[in-house]
Amino acid sequence: MSSLGSEVLAPDAELDVDALLDDPATRIVVCCGSGGVGKTTTAAALGLRAAERGRRTVVLTIDPARRLAQSMGLDELDNTPRLVPGTGGDGELHAMMLDMKRTFDEIVEAHAEPERARAILENPFYQSLSAGFAGTQEYMAMEKLGQLRSRDEWDLIIVDTPPSRSALDFLDAPGRLGSFLDGRLIKLLMAPARVGGRAGMKFVNLGMAGLSMFTGALSKLLGAGLLRDVQTFVAAMDTMFGGFRTRADATYRLLQAPGTAFLVVAAPERDALREAAYFVERLDADRMPLAGLVVNRVHGSEAGGLSAERALDAAENLENGGIVDRARGNGQHSATSAPEQVSPHATAAREDGTTEGAQTDPEEAHASPAGTRPAQDRLDTRSHPAEHASATGNSALHNGSSHDTASLGGPSPGTPEGTASLAAGLLRLHADQMHLLDRERRTLDGFLTLHPEVAVASVPALPGDVHDLAGLRSIGEHLAERAERADDGHGGTDAGLGVRE
Amino acid sequence: MVGRGPRRTPRSAPVRHRVCDLGPVVRLARVCRLHVVTGKGGTGKTTVAAALALALAHRGRRTLLVEVEGRQGIAELFRTEQLPYEERKIAVARGGGEVYALAIDAERALLDYLQMFYKLGGAGRALKRIGAVDFATTIAPGLRDVLLTGKACEAVRRRDGQRPVYDAVVMDAPPTGRIARFLGVNEEVAGLARVGPVHNQAQAVMRVLKSHETAVHMVTLLEEMPVQETVDGVAELRAAGLPVGALVVNMVRPARVGPEQLAAAARTPAELAGALSHAGLGGAERAEQLVGPLLALGGENAQRVALEGEQRAELAATGLPRYELPLLGDGVELAGLYRLAAELQSRLSEAEAAGGHGAAFGARRTPGEEGPDE
Repeated sequence: MSSLGSEVLAPDAELDVDALLDDPATRIVVCCGSGGVGKTTTAAALGLRAAERGRRTVVLTIDPARRLAQSMGLDELDNTPRLVPGTGGDGELHAMMLDMKRTFDEIVEAHAEPERARAILENPFYQSLSAGFAGTQEYMAMEKLGQLRSRDEWDLIIVDTPPSRSALDFLDAPGRLGSFLDGRLIKLLMAPARVGGRAGMKFVNLGMAGLSMFTGALSKLLGAGLLRDVQTFVAAMDTMFGGFRTRADATYRLLQAPGTAFLVVAAPERDALREAAYFVERLDADRMPLAGLVVNRVHGSEAGGLSAERALDAAENLENGGIVDRARGNGQHSATSAPEQVSPHATAAREDGTTEGAQTDPEEAHASPAGTRPAQDRLDTRSHPAEHASATGNSALHNGSSHDTASLGGPSPGTPEGTASLAAGLLRLHADQMHLLDRERRTLDGFLTLHPEVAVASVPALPGDVHDLAGLRSIGEHLAERAERADDGHGGTDAGLGVRE
Repeated sequence: MVGRGPRRTPRSAPVRHRVCDLGPVVRLARVCRLHVVTGKGGTGKTTVAAALALALAHRGRRTLLVEVEGRQGIAELFRTEQLPYEERKIAVARGGGEVYALAIDAERALLDYLQMFYKLGGAGRALKRIGAVDFATTIAPGLRDVLLTGKACEAVRRRDGQRPVYDAVVMDAPPTGRIARFLGVNEEVAGLARVGPVHNQAQAVMRVLKSHETAVHMVTLLEEMPVQETVDGVAELRAAGLPVGALVVNMVRPARVGPEQLAAAARTPAELAGALSHAGLGGAERAEQLVGPLLALGGENAQRVALEGEQRAELAATGLPRYELPLLGDGVELAGLYRLAAELQSRLSEAEAAGGHGAAFGARRTPGEEGPDE
């Protein structure tokens, strides 16, 4: 049974992670995406894989969870690349975490004579600016990337991007800071020093009155103290402005250059993929090279042929007297009414659900929220005998609590009743899984319909977090896996992305 | 639902925005609450914030849901067009309450602020041209966050006669990693700008944020990283003297099978196959093929449930009230949002019965924190 997903996911849309990592021309891989999609873990897993395939690799993380540092055998990460012990193969893995303030301080120290540097470092305005307000982190990540690249010590640099409010901030912030440091405002702020000079007036075009009104207002607004701090800071930084601007531009160009590859990381969820779509479009607009999309936490099923609806029917049979009537089988009607080929059934239900939701939900909720029923209930009503609808809708999909399952406190294991109740529990679990899987496929299909050219690699959802190199290695294997499968022309079913049979 | 008095009848024109007017109102507003909802990325904080705004709007109350990160997540969730910089009714709650929404825009808030206090509206364009507005809203340390929190505080305190305009304001705030800094920014700015209106503004906002009018709720999943971040975030907020409210555990999946049952079934797969077959899933052979995958799925589930137990214990150690919301099988569509709101609302009602409106989501006070009125 072919579905939309399999058609969209043609083999040439498979992301070949190993080819990307192995190519000596690949020098920078930037992992971007919205928060909570596993960007940092992806970056670390890619770094490990590249290292174990022979490349001297450094991973620049921005804000890693402590556990991730530990998973790489490091107590903590700092602003200097540290060798990760215990990797196999010929390459090396180094890891570091961006320290914004340290990076900023280093720039100041490197570009100003000691006395001026001290004046800047001690300035309260500078101290706040460098400690991580809007934009600084993104700018410093770019700066650090530029430094790492220019040292030419690594074959491959893998960059994790900051947890920005929007993934796009990463691209915008450096320019913003650069244009500020380079801009008219700075010169205006410095104007009191050369007040009356024609330069100031030319800049503002407000004339003297406007200028003094401006500084006067700023002074009133911010307090004279802060304005003075800003002016001192600006004066002290004056000689460095050109440098900031130049480096920000250089790093931006570096990102556009061959040798850089962007990987957009997402989870198969609406918000994450929407953000991913923005990013894909933006990269395209900025002529930045997109290597592909990594979809983390994709659910799959080894029993994909058993639809959620049939599983729920069977679970009910088991729960409603399936035991008593065992021999004759209360469930027989289902067996006859739902034959072996179950995929059409599932597909139909899915399509119905999609249309239904799109057409009616918004109005309904506005007009009469109290009357709104969960969309899934309606879906079930159509694909089930009426008496089953509310039961399945409520118990399987809309459990209000995590503990209301009959099977947990049910009959003791090993007895026929116990077996039946376990079987029912497992079937409900399977139904949950199939619903989740369907939703993920729909969401991903939506993305791929808009961006069919984007190559995709996926990583299955794992029950727990990554705790060690072995865990990262296994994620790396999953990342590379799809490309191999593409060679023999089959999409995988277990990742929930490919053909379902 | 008609307003509860002539002065609260529906407004025809949207309210014009004022950044916190820090005058006498400070002393009056004790009923209003500011609910700040944060959480690690991907935990569904926008959804929880919206559900909370709906829940708090029960029985004819009026709430405001504000967004501060310019991502239009609220519009997306409610399936409406992009929110402008004005308060707009976005939903009707069960029982006739109303939810308004506002996407706070730092630039507009700044221009309004300048106009309001300095009559500098005309200069706004000039300021913008030379990059001063950009500077103030995107680069200057913390000013942007001062404007955003300030606007939310203004909505909390805004009154129409004797009554607050909004019974509660719910903020869809920046993620856990940045929340203490975001809320604490006023303190920092007050320290930077040592005198003047920005200083005063920042200090007054900080008083509200640290008062019992405010509660910071953290949304998490029962997974290691989000839980760790939540626990760290709670410590950070407490250290900053900010009032932590409740932990909302989102997307909780039902436990379907117990580990003992699974172990027993793994020993006797034939019986399980038999049960599946009798339930109508085909002949013995086909049922046998299902046993392996189903047991594997059950095993994963049991493993996850065990991990979730550990995470619950971690969360319990914070001593904060914890509320669990179910994972919605079909994603959060509008109907799902109302279901989550109903879940939260029943919590609120329980708490109301036990000790006053909103107690369930109020912050636990620690002694020595400043009140709003001194």
